[in-house]
Amino acid sequence: MASIRLQFEIPGKMKTWSLGLIGVGLVALIFGMITKGFSTDEHEQVHFWGTLMYNTIFWTLICNASMFFICVTTLAMGGWQQSFRRIPEAISTLVPIFGSITFAVLLYVVLSDKHHIYHWLDKSAVAKDPILTGKSGFLNVKFFIIWTTLAIGFWSFLGWRMRQLSNEADIAPMDHESGTKFIFRNTVRAALFTVWFALTVGSTVPWLWMMSIDAHWYSTMYSWYTFASTFVSGLSLIALWLIYMKNKGYMELSNQEHLHDLGKFMFAFSIFWTYLWFSQYMLIWYANIPEETVYFKHRVQGPYKGIFFLNLIINFLCPLLILMKRSAKRNYTLVTFMAVLIIFGHWIDFYQMVMGSLMKESVELGWLDFGILSFFVGMMIFFVGRALASKPLIPKYHPFLKESVIHTV
Amino acid sequence: MAKKKFVVGCFDDEAVLFPAVKKVRTAGYKIHDVYTPFAVHGLDHAMGLRETSLHTAGFIYGIAGTTTALSCISWIFTKDWPLNIGGKPHFALPAWIPITFELTVLFAAVGMVLTFCYISQLAPFVKKHHFHARSTDDLFVMVIECTEKTNAEDLKAFLAANGAVETDIQIAEEGWWLGRYDKDEMRYENKQTVAA
Repeated sequence: MASIRLQFEIPGKMKTWSLGLIGVGLVALIFGMITKGFSTDEHEQVHFWGTLMYNTIFWTLICNASMFFICVTTLAMGGWQQSFRRIPEAISTLVPIFGSITFAVLLYVVLSDKHHIYHWLDKSAVAKDPILTGKSGFLNVKFFIIWTTLAIGFWSFLGWRMRQLSNEADIAPMDHESGTKFIFRNTVRAALFTVWFALTVGSTVPWLWMMSIDAHWYSTMYSWYTFASTFVSGLSLIALWLIYMKNKGYMELSNQEHLHDLGKFMFAFSIFWTYLWFSQYMLIWYANIPEETVYFKHRVQGPYKGIFFLNLIINFLCPLLILMKRSAKRNYTLVTFMAVLIIFGHWIDFYQMVMGSLMKESVELGWLDFGILSFFVGMMIFFVGRALASKPLIPKYHPFLKESVIHTV
Repeated sequence: MAKKKFVVGCFDDEAVLFPAVKKVRTAGYKIHDVYTPFAVHGLDHAMGLRETSLHTAGFIYGIAGTTTALSCISWIFTKDWPLNIGGKPHFALPAWIPITFELTVLFAAVGMVLTFCYISQLAPFVKKHHFHARSTDDLFVMVIECTEKTNAEDLKAFLAANGAVETDIQIAEEGWWLGRYDKDEMRYENKQTVAA
């Protein structure tokens, strides 16, 4: 392994680009804050805080999906991901950073009583409304803040524990006994994260953060839907970084075989997302109960119609038809294209999930959305680059590394 | 029934088999097939087999299933026998998707299994010549097809030099046939005479 480059040096171009994107984003953020965020017009306020909400939540969850990827592959005793596992690890270091931004935004929204975003914040309305009164044990400020703190805190903490353990694979070769012990400890920590992930991303957190915008409406499919959305985008993000690193001449041990498996994951979870999309839609469409159809009314028949169906084309038809072929999943250009498309598609999906409920009358997708997006993309590139440079790129002494090197599909 | 002449080489180790396959191919012999007791990873690449088209067939069967379901249901519910179900429109696409999905899967699955059986020459009552009984137990059996230019004795020696533990020459039916082993195999001039 003499020719393997373990140390990532951040290229100057990457630094310039990430700082440039962050700069553009900050300008949009400050301008938006002045013209919208703190304006007296409630519509503008909702626009600004809603935009911040879906962007922060989206980016936190897709970075968290990276850690989930490591944990589930660890639990499944997977060996193939070891040669590039430092990439999802680096992406998951963003969880505390993006998590605190999300926390700050949500805390502001809840504490400044923005009941145009969360209707359940309005105490007099809740008192008069038997449905909201019934939900008030779950939808209240105290529980919201505590649960959000716990969720982000434990994602960060358990993810950090997982990354700490991974560092041990850089120190010294392991014999059979210490290797077995190492794998067992990995399994335990991965299981802890996965359980917490299921209790938060898999159920409560999307209800609390996003579904409660439509305070009366509920769907048991919603959290799974959100999870599928973020997991497939997270996988796309991992694939993008892997391809970038390969282009720069790093990650020598990863090749088309690993890309093929990532492509399969992207394909499979695009289909899984569609399955949930359809299940949620079909049941509500079939039952046709007004209190349920209210969610889809302005999305299917209102101004969000275009985005709603564009969403289905980008996130279902394109992955289905383009990623189906084996040769497509092994093609660096095509996977790059599809990864960007999928991330964009699910960003748009989050847009319509949040803004479709906040601003039902019109679609105002514009400079603010793309400005905030560029802020997060810039932050992501900057911090993932730094995290990659801070550690050896390959866990040299990981017991399963050889399995990854000889991996064939 | 087209009978052909084959040279058979048996190997008892994967690690010997792989270089032998490579050498036989570079020497220009035509490998009929390699029979192994279990699936050997990478052997298809070593033998230079082309990528299977089974998945393309599967895609076509799937599309056929989708088309069948959609055209059938839409014809029945809009033209042949329109029913008012819960006040839904006659062309109620979302309600048809589960059935369309199921038929797509059914067509693709059944079609692919049958196609796989056909290209692997597997069917009830159908027989195929076994080049060596132990290929289902612990031997890797490489079968090389002879052309008129092939010197079978040289080839046998070549295989033995490359690690074959047993070699012999067989004249056998190459494809499948409908019939019985005992009756049909009797007609071969040299039935399973394994030279040690």
